[in-house]
Amino acid sequence: MKKLAIIATLVVLAASVVFAQAKQSAVSKEVMDRGKTIYETNCQACHQPNGMGVPRLNPPLAKTQYVVGDKARLIQIVAKGLNETIIIDDEEYANPMPAFPQLTDQQVADVLTYVRNSFGNKATPITTAQVKVERAKIK
Amino acid sequence: MKIKMIAALKSATLLLVSFMTIGTAVIAQLPLVDIKVPAGFNASLYAEGIGRARHLVVNKNDKVFVKLERLSKGNGIVELAESKTPGKAEVINAFASYTGTGIAIKNGYLYATSNTEVFRYKLNSDMEVISTEPELIVTGLIDRRQHNSKSIALDNAGNLYVNIGAFSNSCQEKDRQNGSLGMDPCPVLDSAGGIWQFTADKLNQTYKDGSRYATGIRNVVGLDWNDEINELFVMQHGRDQLGSMFPNVFDAQKVDELPAEEMFLVKKGMNFGWPYCYYDPIQNKKVLSPEYGGDGKKIGRCAEMQDPVVAFPAHMAPNALLFYTGTMFPDRYKNGAFIAFHGSWNRSVNGQEGYFVAFVPFKGGKPSGKWEIFANGFAGMEKVVSTGDAKYRPCGIAQGPDGSLYISDDNKGNIWKITYNKNTAANIVGSANNNLATAP
Repeated sequence: MKKLAIIATLVVLAASVVFAQAKQSAVSKEVMDRGKTIYETNCQACHQPNGMGVPRLNPPLAKTQYVVGDKARLIQIVAKGLNETIIIDDEEYANPMPAFPQLTDQQVADVLTYVRNSFGNKATPITTAQVKVERAKIK
Repeated sequence: MKIKMIAALKSATLLLVSFMTIGTAVIAQLPLVDIKVPAGFNASLYAEGIGRARHLVVNKNDKVFVKLERLSKGNGIVELAESKTPGKAEVINAFASYTGTGIAIKNGYLYATSNTEVFRYKLNSDMEVISTEPELIVTGLIDRRQHNSKSIALDNAGNLYVNIGAFSNSCQEKDRQNGSLGMDPCPVLDSAGGIWQFTADKLNQTYKDGSRYATGIRNVVGLDWNDEINELFVMQHGRDQLGSMFPNVFDAQKVDELPAEEMFLVKKGMNFGWPYCYYDPIQNKKVLSPEYGGDGKKIGRCAEMQDPVVAFPAHMAPNALLFYTGTMFPDRYKNGAFIAFHGSWNRSVNGQEGYFVAFVPFKGGKPSGKWEIFANGFAGMEKVVSTGDAKYRPCGIAQGPDGSLYISDDNKGNIWKITYNKNTAANIVGSANNNLATAP
């Protein structure tokens, strides 16, 4: 009986994940296009056209919790920069990430939504309001 | 008619299938990638998948010591010997509990580095390590992640030279941030951004026991002592992101080519200009960095900085330098410089470059001709778009006792051995030309 309950819970969980993913893919083409342009100008040199970064130097954006996980942390990285040891899949990355004060809240939201839904990633979009909240914390 | 056509089709298909079978069989026998070398040379796989192979050195009995950037079964140095299976050199010894880049043999010792220290191991008359417990030669060198690998060279007067890379791209107040200005004077230069000299056989040295031999060098991974003229030569990794951080100063189409990767002849007290200056290979001169008021043309204080002896295309990341002293290769290679380029990541407009071994002919300690590509094909593809796509990345060069060259790859941990036989044609005919070879 316990087993059945666990299986049922798993089925419900799996279904909700599938449903959530279906919902998440509903990022508008407009946002993705804007995000792509910002990515190419500001991010691509280091994180590379395939989003895989550079071994030892610049971390990948594909399939890492830094990108598809906690939104507040992700926004903070763009808002404040990041100069600490980053280890992803046993690889340590050396280069610091600068802050991007030159980007507007909407540009940050667009580019983060873009990276959360590119390179094999699929995650909920980031809104301008969320960026505003996180940036206010560091001012 | 219909039957004839079907018959013809059938035989054509059969033919195609047999061709495909032959094709597959041939492909299966080919090496992992074709390393293209000039006529008369042969590049063969020596070892495969031995770990993050950085620099390497060969003893007089053809044993290869390799410094690893990541521990392999708990060891940071592996010693290899040729086995009966081609391309599968065996690990005959493994030791050192630290990761790092530098390794060298001098005066009966094997020297090796972590990112903060230099160690050495006494060798016996067979050039084997007597004890895997090292002596600590230098300790406390700065490691702030960026450009932290320590490379070494030793002269013939008992001195040890260590690169201490700058923990910064261009000494901006905010590292790598758009428009952030440079600190002046740059405080990084007190403890990094140069070559330090220590005593080769004195234990437990720190910064205060050594001296800053030369400054204004952003980061060096490849360096070598030139025995012909008794001088130190180093390969600088030029700064990143000139164009992306200062889009108002630079033409987007040209930023891939700025600044040059430079070879320096380093004498005591010299200043090569980082972070205040960079070398523009289009104008053939050092100009002021935009962080210090530069506009792509202004020279200012850069007039007093040392120029390179060779300028290479930007961002190709020279990770090893070796002056060839062997007799196996033709005369024009004698005393010339081999450089292993790790391959670029910061060429975002036209795609990445590098991932090859270059050669510069030298006479009397001076370049006597243009640089050329010597061994190419490590990336395993014509054009690398994203750096991570490159299959192999050259990182170290060593010379064997017979004059053969060993090239290490720190991506998959392969080592290739390059030999020359004037009586045989190269496995791939012709020198590995590429339009980059016409650059300065």
